[in-house]
Amino acid sequence: MNSLTFPILSLITFFPLVGILIVLFLSNQRPNLIRWVTFLTASITFLFSLPLYFYFDSHTWNMQFVENVPWIQEFGISYHMGIDGISILLILLTTFLSPLAILSTFTAVTERVKGYMISLLFLEIGMLGVFCSLDFFLFYVFWEVMLIPMYFIIGIWGGPRRIYAAVKFFIYTMSGSVLMLIAILSLYFLNFKMTGVYTFNILTYHELSIPANIQFWFFLAFFVAFAIKVPMFPFHTWLPDAHVEAPTAGSVILAGVLLKMGTYGFLRFSLPIFPQASIDFIPVIFTLAVIGIIYGAMVSIAQEDIKKLVAYSSVSHLGYCMLGMFALNIEGVQGSIIQMINHGLSTGALFLIVGMLYERRHTRLISEYGGIMKVMPVFATMFLIVCFSSMGVPGLNGFIGELLILIGAFKANIWFGLATTIGLVFGAVYLLWMYKRVMYGEITKEENKKLKDMNGREYAYLLPIMLFIFWIGLNPKPFLDKTTASVEHLLQRVNYQKTISENGENPTIIKDENSAIIKDNVEKKDLLNNPL
Amino acid sequence: MELIIPVINFSSLYPEIIVAFFALTVLMLQAFAPAYSKYFGYVSLVGVLIATLFVIYSPSAFDLRSVAYSFNDLWVVDNYCRFFKLIFLLGTGLTILISISYAPNEGIQHGEYFALILFATIGMMIMASGVDLIVIFLGLELMSISLYVLCGVTRSRMISNEAALKYFLLGSFATGFLLYGVALLYGATGTTSLKGLSEIILKTGLQGHIEILGMAFLVIGFGFKIAAVPFHMWTPDVYQGAPAPITAFMSAGPKAAAFAALVRVFATALPSLQSEWIVLIWILAVLTMTVGNIIALVQDNIKRMLAYSSIAHTGYILVAFLAAGELGTTSILFYMLAYTFMNIGAFAIISVLGGKGEEKVNIQDFAGIGYSHPIAAIAMSLFLFSLAGIPPTAGFMGKFYIFSAAIKEGYLGLAIIGVINSVVSVYYYLRVTVAMYMKESAATLKSGTPAAVIFSPALIIAILISAYGVLRMGIFPSAYITMVKQTLFALQ
Repeated sequence: MNSLTFPILSLITFFPLVGILIVLFLSNQRPNLIRWVTFLTASITFLFSLPLYFYFDSHTWNMQFVENVPWIQEFGISYHMGIDGISILLILLTTFLSPLAILSTFTAVTERVKGYMISLLFLEIGMLGVFCSLDFFLFYVFWEVMLIPMYFIIGIWGGPRRIYAAVKFFIYTMSGSVLMLIAILSLYFLNFKMTGVYTFNILTYHELSIPANIQFWFFLAFFVAFAIKVPMFPFHTWLPDAHVEAPTAGSVILAGVLLKMGTYGFLRFSLPIFPQASIDFIPVIFTLAVIGIIYGAMVSIAQEDIKKLVAYSSVSHLGYCMLGMFALNIEGVQGSIIQMINHGLSTGALFLIVGMLYERRHTRLISEYGGIMKVMPVFATMFLIVCFSSMGVPGLNGFIGELLILIGAFKANIWFGLATTIGLVFGAVYLLWMYKRVMYGEITKEENKKLKDMNGREYAYLLPIMLFIFWIGLNPKPFLDKTTASVEHLLQRVNYQKTISENGENPTIIKDENSAIIKDNVEKKDLLNNPL
Repeated sequence: MELIIPVINFSSLYPEIIVAFFALTVLMLQAFAPAYSKYFGYVSLVGVLIATLFVIYSPSAFDLRSVAYSFNDLWVVDNYCRFFKLIFLLGTGLTILISISYAPNEGIQHGEYFALILFATIGMMIMASGVDLIVIFLGLELMSISLYVLCGVTRSRMISNEAALKYFLLGSFATGFLLYGVALLYGATGTTSLKGLSEIILKTGLQGHIEILGMAFLVIGFGFKIAAVPFHMWTPDVYQGAPAPITAFMSAGPKAAAFAALVRVFATALPSLQSEWIVLIWILAVLTMTVGNIIALVQDNIKRMLAYSSIAHTGYILVAFLAAGELGTTSILFYMLAYTFMNIGAFAIISVLGGKGEEKVNIQDFAGIGYSHPIAAIAMSLFLFSLAGIPPTAGFMGKFYIFSAAIKEGYLGLAIIGVINSVVSVYYYLRVTVAMYMKESAATLKSGTPAAVIFSPALIIAILISAYGVLRMGIFPSAYITMVKQTLFALQ
């Protein structure tokens, strides 16, 4: 249902196109104008997305702000957009981080500014489209389209090994995606066999009951695509290169939003469409998640380049998200979603901070710094707060997510919960140790004595993130409430499968007798036992 | 003895007659009015446009199911051949637009050049409309001989001569195979008409191995033309040596014509032999895709790289050919149209950026083009992304169509091999964008200003049409999908 009767999702998704068109006609000789136009476009997109927050109905798990127009009827493809509790926070994160990332590039990128800004806006369109789309084909188009601007951002405006990193990123991500394409097509024909209708509508697939052995292969195909994106160990090797070589804004968006697409994919597709396979895969995913957490953290400790340290910390943090998600209880999944947002904010902020250091000294090696606090006290404070947020210190946003995930993980499996807790300690180790080496102590290098503290523009893009760091940390309820209905609905589906597999034919535990899904599934149980 | 005069229905030949007329006109103009040679291209373009109108509006623009046989069942005019003729005429039109500025620069005789292009087009149209093996062979020969000469038309370049000679020798050899296959089928069944073949094979079944042998030779003959592995060896050398507009022409038109004939022959005449040729085509498809993509990875010359990529695309189309059926056959047509747009677009840009005598066609020569010629670079990137199969382009839509056909008919393994090949191909397409955007131009490094390259209006129109086609087919393909679905009525 669309309470606004206005295609607001399309407006939000495609408004950056207006910015692209304007910038196309501006001359490359006026970089400041280009930058401000881009920033304005992204800010207006954020303003357009605010009504989503206020008009969102937290009491229903149905899709909201739905737009559904037939697109390629011969295939059953339609332009179908909509959001629910799972995607709304991610959309707000995207529209929030984009203007801040753009603001941060004003002095970072001075050549070919036009192309850079167009790429950033193009990227925003792709990201928003992925989170909004409810049609598999549309989703796939946005998912792939996103690769092009990111490839150019890393490849043209990146660091010394940018070409290697960009090509690696492109090919690695695309190989997962094409397997997903095969899975989507197979699902499309399977749906036709089961319902007689040719459609790519994701909501229709949610209602399918696919036999467990077939679900296994589908889940695997989608798993490869999403695991590369998340990134889960061992598919994470593209991440350090891409993050380190990307320019600051590219890293912020890559870490802040692009990585969430993988976890979003699991929540939107793998869990609801393949619940039985998801349950079967839990041990694998838990193991990989915990390995990601601990291995990611340990590698971070060993890093000498701050940006690479933060990149590996992303692997670690998203391991938490995956763990919480597959704990399959309300705390875990909600914790996972809120931690996605938190990671976007805190790691985004970390990359912005690293960018600030890089702009001053043009190096990211920890050994080149030391005693910075003496010359940049306000910066030191902000840096410390962001580190605390990333670590999960109570009072800040990271704590909320990690607490919920740990509760969920312990509920699901005590041993994995214990292993995760160890990861928390490592998180503190690498961040605090890095902070100490960079900020505390004596100033050992001459150049560091002349560094300037933060200027107005840097306050402008860091303070909004800090605001949310505190807000989510002190009052997470409004954010969590938005996700509750959708998460509960999702879990009902998946846990129904769990009780079937644990109790055989007659499940004795049904959470909500009035749920239409449960009644529906009781009828569809036959399909489960008598496949095709 | 009675003389039976068969019904001759010239109206079914109008498009071919128009093109032939303009071809001969251009030849005559070359002989009698050589001073006006720079207008010959426009004259041929007019011919192509008029022929297009005739294709669309005859025999009946309003009856989609019209299938009109003529010349005693030698010739048909149906939606299938109309779609293919539109592809051929599109390819020819774009090639002429590209050649209008290319030909004077390279010192090519306009009259012969454009006349030969038009003759090749007639050959292609005959291949699409013919429903008798001999007629198809006739079209094939007409097209091939024109192309042999066109490859060598830049006589002063050694590599062009080499390409022409190689194409001629290997092509004649392959045509020999084709003809022998036709002869064997005639020996087995007593007829070369496609309808006759299908009836007789259906009735009498497999008499011996002669039909299979005939069919195998047909595959060899057609396989050469479509550049399927292992009949592909001519493609890199010929594509590299021929002048860029002719390479553009060759990559789209003749391949489409060969597929048109191949699909028609196998769908109409030999469907009962399907179980025999499935394994053969499966192997051919996998080999073609894989060999094409892998060898393309190590190419430095962009024309050679696009030649191998063209082999790989043949592989994808063979997948669709294998997955016959409604989705499979329509996807071949859709993909051929998409392929025409993207390939000719890419070669158009190469033809002008290659410089005089096409010296600068290595990938390194494209360095820095992103900044010296931004619009050309964006167009080139669009065509490369489309060839790689990245949304929202025609190439992606085509591959999507083909892989859905493959999955629907149960060829899951083939679909997976296909998509893996797509990923592999991304690498070599990306290399060109890396050079264009991420490397400094050598000219800038040396002298400070890059060499100026002039884009003629005709060339710009060609690039714009190709780019429009690529984007339109990628984002709003409905009209095209409806068009290809309507061709199915003809192929019963």
